Amino acid sequence: MRVMVLVKATADSEKGVLPEREMFEQMGKFNEELAAAGLMLAGDGLKPSSQGKRVAFDGPNRTVIDGPFAETRELVAGYWIWEVKDMDEAVAWVKRCPNPMPGPSEIEIRPFYAMEDFAGVFTDEEIAQKVQRREELGM
Amino acid sequence: MADSETSRAIEAVFRIERARLIAGLARLTRDIDRAEELAQEALLTALAEWPARGVPDNPGAWLMAAAKRRAIDGLRRDAMRTRKHDEIARELDEADTPIERIEAAMDDDIGDELLGLIFTACHPILSADARAALTLRVIGGLTVEEIARAFLSNEPTIAQRIVRAKKTIGNAAIAFEVPRGRELAERRTAVLEVLYLIFNEGYAATVGDDLIRPALCAEAQRLGRILAGLMPEEPEVFGLLALMEIQASRLAVRTGPDGGFIPLTEQNRARWDQLLIRRGLDALARAEALGGADGPYALQAALAACHARARSADDTDWICIAGLYDRLAEVMPSPVVELNRAVAHSMAFGPEAGLRLIDALAGTASLDSYAPLPAAKGDFLFRAGRLREARLQFERAADLTRNARERAFLLSRARTCAS
Repeated sequence: MRVMVLVKATADSEKGVLPEREMFEQMGKFNEELAAAGLMLAGDGLKPSSQGKRVAFDGPNRTVIDGPFAETRELVAGYWIWEVKDMDEAVAWVKRCPNPMPGPSEIEIRPFYAMEDFAGVFTDEEIAQKVQRREELGM
Repeated sequence: MADSETSRAIEAVFRIERARLIAGLARLTRDIDRAEELAQEALLTALAEWPARGVPDNPGAWLMAAAKRRAIDGLRRDAMRTRKHDEIARELDEADTPIERIEAAMDDDIGDELLGLIFTACHPILSADARAALTLRVIGGLTVEEIARAFLSNEPTIAQRIVRAKKTIGNAAIAFEVPRGRELAERRTAVLEVLYLIFNEGYAATVGDDLIRPALCAEAQRLGRILAGLMPEEPEVFGLLALMEIQASRLAVRTGPDGGFIPLTEQNRARWDQLLIRRGLDALARAEALGGADGPYALQAALAACHARARSADDTDWICIAGLYDRLAEVMPSPVVELNRAVAHSMAFGPEAGLRLIDALAGTASLDSYAPLPAAKGDFLFRAGRLREARLQFERAADLTRNARERAFLLSRARTCAS
């Protein structure tokens, strides 16, 4: 299964404080372990939300909102995409990650939807259509 | 026993460490069975001790230390009986060291040991099927039941295949090491062959098949990525990895809702997995940078990459593909490659170019009853406006194919020639 591993933002990451050299090295070592285990598909860090934008949807209206955004704990500061056997394995790997922030922080693991998840709810043809529609909507 | 959540967490840690544990223990004991047993015993020790004291900082080193202690005890007992194991026991004394030292040693040897185990499980002394089963069991950590389901076989057959393979390795006294010099090339080919066999077994799965079958593709890709990490200078390892990543990018769309195969040119390209395509293109670039552009896997990956880069079927760079098939036909000559080469040339340079190449294949015994040959020839003739001849070829192809859907398609093409 494919999971997205989200490093949640903190006040420090939102201020654009870059990690200490030591943290970079520890994280580099962890990334090497992930690559050596053959599970890492992608990963990167994100700049603070002050450099981000949001587009709000309401019916036909589109409103652009400039960052920074208030709810720091809900923001994302970085991510990985991993291919793992199950959530237990993903959790075991996340526990090995060095704390990505100078203070307390959180990492969230979210599985990707797979076609199987729709089995039983829709027919194969409906699933195919649904996935296509989702892609057309850019979801 | 701790609550089930804790033991599940411990088992997840164990799964991550298992292959490396077995690799280290197999080198120590020269016995895969014993190594698996020792690893399993280390898991039981962890399940008994970790819930109370917590998961250690370096669980891999902890498990290895626990397993090695057991291995040494066992070998000492043997040594008392036979005195023959003196040498091994002395060697083992070095392993009887604090965790910190094992930890440091593990970082150095672990890749080497894992690679050694992969090369042992894929030794050409074993049949390709036996290599695949043993690799999935020992390196991939799949159960015998899962392997049996994946290969549409049954448990006793697979279990016996694995037992025999281990016995063969033991009898041949194969060192659990990466071969050097001239032997390396041949043995590496055997390893890559196994990964590709596992991948293709998964790729052949159709809608409604057991989920374990498509999972084989993911497992082969994972093994390929591990191998690429362990052999960063080997172009064909990256060639195969590139081929698997790019082919896997089309997994979701290569069959329709009814299970029918959808050809590349008709697939919904919006649903190709762009992440895997990018990884495949990176691996291919690495293979080429290492001087391996003409390796059989790298060439096949380059072919897959041509399709992956085309935004629509009409954008396909057929001239590039024809050139790649020319090179592949030299490196890996086979009638099927020649046939594909003819198709590529017909797309790049027109149907007459295809006909010239396909006519050279006439009389190839292995293609005698191979439906794609007359189907391709019919297509070339049709496009050249030679409808009467095209019709005969489509009908011949329809006679040869065993796939009902394909037969219907070929007969409809034959009918188009008549009107």
